[in-house]
Amino acid sequence: MNDHAHESHDHHHEESFVSKYIFSLDHKMIGKQFLIFGLIMFMVGGGLAMLFRWQLAWPDKPLPIIGVSKAYQEEGEVTTAADRKWEERFDDDKETWLETNMPSGVIDPAFFNSLFTMHATIMVFFVVVPLLVGAFGNFLIPLMIGTRDMAFPVLNMLSFWSNILGTIIMMAGFFVPSGHAAAGWTGYAPLSSVPELSGVDWGQNLWCISLIVMGISSLMGSINYITTIINMRAPGMTWFRLPLAIWALFIVAILLLLAFPVVASALALILFDRMAGTSFFAAAGGGEPLLWQHLFWFFAHPEVYILILPGMGMASEMLPVFARKPIFGYKSMVFAMIAIAFLSWIVWGHHMFQSGMNPALGLSFMTTTMLIAVPSAIKTFNWLGTLHRASIRFTVPMLNVLAFISMFVIGGLSGIFMANAPVDIYIHDTYFIVAHIHYVVFGGSVFAIFGGIFYWFPKMYGRHMNATLGKIHFWISFLAFNGVFFPMHILGVGGHMRRIANPMQYEFLQQMQPISAQPINVFITVCAFILGVAQFLLLINVFWSIFRGKVAEQNPWQATTLEWHAPTPVPHGNFDAIPHVYHGPYEYSVPDAEADWIPQTQPNGESEHGEGEPVPAGATAD
Amino acid sequence: MKWLNFPAWLPENVSTFGQGVDNLFILIYWITAIVFVAVMAVLIVFIIKYRFQEGRKAEYIEGSTTLEIVWTAATTVIVFGLAMLSLPQWNDIKFPSKFPGNPGAVVQVNGKQFNWDMTYPGPDGEWGTDDDLQLENQLHVPVNEVVHIRLTADDVIHSFFVPQLRLKQDALPGRFINMWFEATKPGTYEIPCAELCGFGHSGMLGYLTVHTAEDYEAWKNERWTE
Repeated sequence: MNDHAHESHDHHHEESFVSKYIFSLDHKMIGKQFLIFGLIMFMVGGGLAMLFRWQLAWPDKPLPIIGVSKAYQEEGEVTTAADRKWEERFDDDKETWLETNMPSGVIDPAFFNSLFTMHATIMVFFVVVPLLVGAFGNFLIPLMIGTRDMAFPVLNMLSFWSNILGTIIMMAGFFVPSGHAAAGWTGYAPLSSVPELSGVDWGQNLWCISLIVMGISSLMGSINYITTIINMRAPGMTWFRLPLAIWALFIVAILLLLAFPVVASALALILFDRMAGTSFFAAAGGGEPLLWQHLFWFFAHPEVYILILPGMGMASEMLPVFARKPIFGYKSMVFAMIAIAFLSWIVWGHHMFQSGMNPALGLSFMTTTMLIAVPSAIKTFNWLGTLHRASIRFTVPMLNVLAFISMFVIGGLSGIFMANAPVDIYIHDTYFIVAHIHYVVFGGSVFAIFGGIFYWFPKMYGRHMNATLGKIHFWISFLAFNGVFFPMHILGVGGHMRRIANPMQYEFLQQMQPISAQPINVFITVCAFILGVAQFLLLINVFWSIFRGKVAEQNPWQATTLEWHAPTPVPHGNFDAIPHVYHGPYEYSVPDAEADWIPQTQPNGESEHGEGEPVPAGATAD
Repeated sequence: MKWLNFPAWLPENVSTFGQGVDNLFILIYWITAIVFVAVMAVLIVFIIKYRFQEGRKAEYIEGSTTLEIVWTAATTVIVFGLAMLSLPQWNDIKFPSKFPGNPGAVVQVNGKQFNWDMTYPGPDGEWGTDDDLQLENQLHVPVNEVVHIRLTADDVIHSFFVPQLRLKQDALPGRFINMWFEATKPGTYEIPCAELCGFGHSGMLGYLTVHTAEDYEAWKNERWTE
């Protein structure tokens, strides 16, 4: 079953720095590369949000520190060092990047559009997918199914490095003349497909090219994951003994594999429209603007489930460990994830209720969309059931998982408003949808990522993260997160449109009852700054702990799954001997058992860490 | 508590179909609020009651088929029920075949970066003739009368949104999309563009003036004969 294990296990010679840390073929190193990459991009994407939150709270006011003073803005009177600097910038002949995008430190409306476009693009494609699928997928799959590496290690390395190539292309977009893509992360045509209509030239081209490269990176990863999970599970690791995180990653890999080609072709059509004079999406040339929306959302709805399913899987992994109890309804959890994945293909039209699509289609999409509530509810109730009669340990991962569950409930319930076509007439394209997506993707996926980093860190780096700092980071993030995104529901109900640079231009928002939209926007921005600054605690904790954290034992959480059976730090080839699997993944508090957990590797009828029949190192697994 | 009472934040409704939309909103609000409070209550009770305590072990419970069936069935019934309840509202607002007839005004609205062009067919009732009246960002309609709108766009996708009418519809270049409304209260309302349409998207704003019957006649007499 597992022939390649032979070769990889014999690699015990010293590796060069380049082959060990840069062009590594080891799934664990590639996972860690994705982790560090994702965390850095998380700060970049968050930084962009800080800039546009400033503009939304205090429209057209100069930014602090780099912006001009009030006296200079109003009367031209130079009072601060920043004023003098701007005076010099305006006086010389060349137009610098700052002058174009933030004249006097005020965010230009076109730059505002680039900021929210790139915030979403980076968070979706460069943070959440690389962290959930890239980092955790790579690190966990071989360890949790009990094999020595991915099926295609070279493809795996290429997946990471094409991801870096895509990032360089995307970041270059900020520095091309006429600015970065500004048509939203959804890139609606013809705004995105006709350069004259947006005034953005190479920014949008690079956006398309970069996303195609990122997609290729995902494809390489997904082929690898699917092959590895199907072919390389340890002996005894049947489908229904697979940990739920692996089920989630397996399902997500299939979604990625099927969804990406659709958006790649749509992005190519945009590039043809922009650069080769075609007009697939421009009505003036016989094209159809809605074609883009159909192609994009046919990809992007599965994509948003790609953003949440691994989070669900990881939460289901950590919950039983800290509840010391089997996951409630393992099989129904698996089938619920399969149902969500299946439904994700037939609901894309709910993004298009008000788009001009035939209203009869709206009805069928409303029905299929409402159905997603069913598997989502099953998962939620099963998580609750897991807590029933448990013995709960409030560790940092557990706090994050509990936040994940409660935030996902809010995100799921607000989805019912959006799914209802008549209600959507009113709240479509308002802050209600902004609140909804952030409750699912930040409140859901990102809190699962926080928990996951803390939980698997000891296996990744052989050291613990600092628990006190972890708790401080959790509580500040959790409170500030709700401070940012809960009031956005309110703004949405008040009719506040998304993607507007200056809410003060609208009388009905200033007159919003019982509180005007503006103080709410200020409150949101203050909370957003707190949320943003708090993430430095996470970064400090991660980087400090890599070098200075408390040294971890092999299985600090007393967890049952195979990654904890591997030695810490995990050697090349992962396991001394390929483990045999005798149990499901969540055997906690089994009656009459000695300890309150039975590892998957423990043979039936023998005590903990029983020998069973050991498989000699490097032997084929069957 | 007003932060939690979503329906209180809805702007005043001034259209005939708006109340139906609001009712659905309120219904969903109460369903989701009850589910949310119930789930959170259970969660909080569980994490307090079943926190780690010396000498007490977790119970080995793998699941319950009965419970799985109950909550699957209950959720399915609720969401299907909601979908069925929503059908009439959606049909009334968006299906052109269901639009009420005898409009008191027919207007073509054309979104273009970054204005709304309103075109009235003029006294002859035909578009494209010399007596057409074109206005920038000004839409005038009579109160308590059906208004038919032909919505289109020149360049990119825009979205016609009047919060108080509970009406939103994207405007597509190359297509005419029909919509209707009947305003129930005279006044002036904003028509923001709700779909990102370029660097001038923020501030793309028209005004809907709902006149009393007499005022509307007076406005027509003044403007249509120019």
